[in-house]
Amino acid sequence: MPILETIGLEKLFGGIVAAHDVSLAIEKGARHALIGPNGAGKTTVINLLTGVLRPTAGRIMLEGRDITDTAPHERVQLGMTRTFQINQLFLDLTPLETIGLAVSERLGLGGDWWRLVGSKAAVTDEIVEIVERFRLADVMHERTATLPYGKQRLLEIALAFACRPRVLLLDEPAAGVPEAERHELLATIEALPAEVTVLLIEHDMDLVFSFADRISVLVNGSLFVDGAPEDVARDPRVKAVYLGEELDA
Amino acid sequence: MTPATAPLAADVSRYLARRARWSPLEIGFWIFAFATIWLFPGKYLILKDTAILALFALSLDLIVGYAGIISLGQAAFFGLAGYFSGLIAKYGIVDEPVIALILSGFAAAALGFVTSFLVLRGSDLTRLMVTLGVSLMLGEIANRYSDLTGGADGLQGVTIAPVLGRFRFDLYGHNGYVYCLIVLFVCFLLARRIVYSPFGLSLRAVKENALRASAIGIPVKWRLVAIYTVSAGFAGIAGALLTQTTAFCSLDVFSLERSADLLLVLIIGGTGYLYGGLIGAVIYKLLQDWIADLTPQYWQFWIGLVLVAIVLVGRERIGGGNAALRAFIVRLGGRLLGRRAVPAPDRQ
Repeated sequence: MPILETIGLEKLFGGIVAAHDVSLAIEKGARHALIGPNGAGKTTVINLLTGVLRPTAGRIMLEGRDITDTAPHERVQLGMTRTFQINQLFLDLTPLETIGLAVSERLGLGGDWWRLVGSKAAVTDEIVEIVERFRLADVMHERTATLPYGKQRLLEIALAFACRPRVLLLDEPAAGVPEAERHELLATIEALPAEVTVLLIEHDMDLVFSFADRISVLVNGSLFVDGAPEDVARDPRVKAVYLGEELDA
Repeated sequence: MTPATAPLAADVSRYLARRARWSPLEIGFWIFAFATIWLFPGKYLILKDTAILALFALSLDLIVGYAGIISLGQAAFFGLAGYFSGLIAKYGIVDEPVIALILSGFAAAALGFVTSFLVLRGSDLTRLMVTLGVSLMLGEIANRYSDLTGGADGLQGVTIAPVLGRFRFDLYGHNGYVYCLIVLFVCFLLARRIVYSPFGLSLRAVKENALRASAIGIPVKWRLVAIYTVSAGFAGIAGALLTQTTAFCSLDVFSLERSADLLLVLIIGGTGYLYGGLIGAVIYKLLQDWIADLTPQYWQFWIGLVLVAIVLVGRERIGGGNAALRAFIVRLGGRLLGRRAVPAPDRQ
């Protein structure tokens, strides 16, 4: 059984079809990439998966459970989180506070108004682990707004990871990261634990082909091709529609 | 945990523990606050009013400064609890003031809970209008049921029993002030606890970026409902204190002026660090007292001028970054000066 599955997902904005009959199956532990030209509906699919948008038709199943009508924050509690193409961070908080917040929330302490943040050892331990994993230790006391962009991008993923997802949706994680800070980011993504299923939405073909073990191509809101990277790279229709010169070179 | 991460872990715990530590400045603030009991024995009335205003402003800071909900109707909770405490004392339902105070707080919190659903959605402007509307409606209801509330004459014949059965509200206002100050301090401790908790941190996250907050599993709606309810409870306690210490309650507890003055107090003191409401209340009352001595008729002109000056000069520092509140005040200031409003720069 796929860990995340969509069945005939459909989204209309007025008369415009943003997603049409999208049936994706993402296997447990997969490194799955969703690619497509601009305006293909990639972000719409992410928004449908996370519950920001309601589908016009179709179902979404997470670990065999129908989550089509589940609220966004409940999907997080069920084990699926996302990052954003454009950073959505808490600029006035420090990375430490940000991660402490997410960890507290995941451990069910978010409604706790009496204890101090981090007064439980479990919270501190997890903060340390995440700060290490995402190489944020040296900047963890600084205001997020003042961090270099690459670090903010790492925090963007760290924050999603702090929710301990079983499915992690990465929306163009490398977008806009300067070359000098890129390596650190990619290494961190490579090092994500194998048991976490990753759905990667990306423009950067180098990243897609080095990282993904399965690729789905979205064109005009519909799934076009779905298969192993070699097959997708060979597929003449994909070359024609999307990849073009990029792969031939 | 591996030995390599042990120093990091210690650093993390130390930092988290330090976040909520009392600074010497804070301790000094409260020592001075309690010292006023002996320092200014002739000023109990204004001190008492200041303490009540400070608690009222603290309640507003909880939603404006920590949750980003701007309100022009905090008087609804103040007024409801004011009448509630007056009525239960008048009809002898609950005699002991402390218990009556807590009950009044809960009554206001219940109203806060019910009306919180109205402020969940919409822009700052909608929230201003909705909160204002609720307090105006309650004021009119109190006016309509004058058999119970005394209508325009106010609620007469309230007698307040001694606090804890021992401390009678005396003519000089000594016990009344001490009572208000202690209640303010207890409420402050509670508020301080709340803002440094995981719940309080999640509120700041919601205020900064509600989209991301829900994307990390925070039930945004319920957090806002919760803090709005708590804030209403605090405002209610302030209202009940006023009724208890004056043995009187009138329709002006619901007035727009009361809510608007409260926003001024918070602007003067600054939002989002808990002391803003307290410091703002002290400055506001001092100004009011001092200017009223100079020009009894036109004191509000000077308050207005001070306000405009504060907003224009210190716009960046005031408000702890609440762009909406700032923009609102700047617009207000612009109107007072008869000029075109100066748009506040967006926060970035």
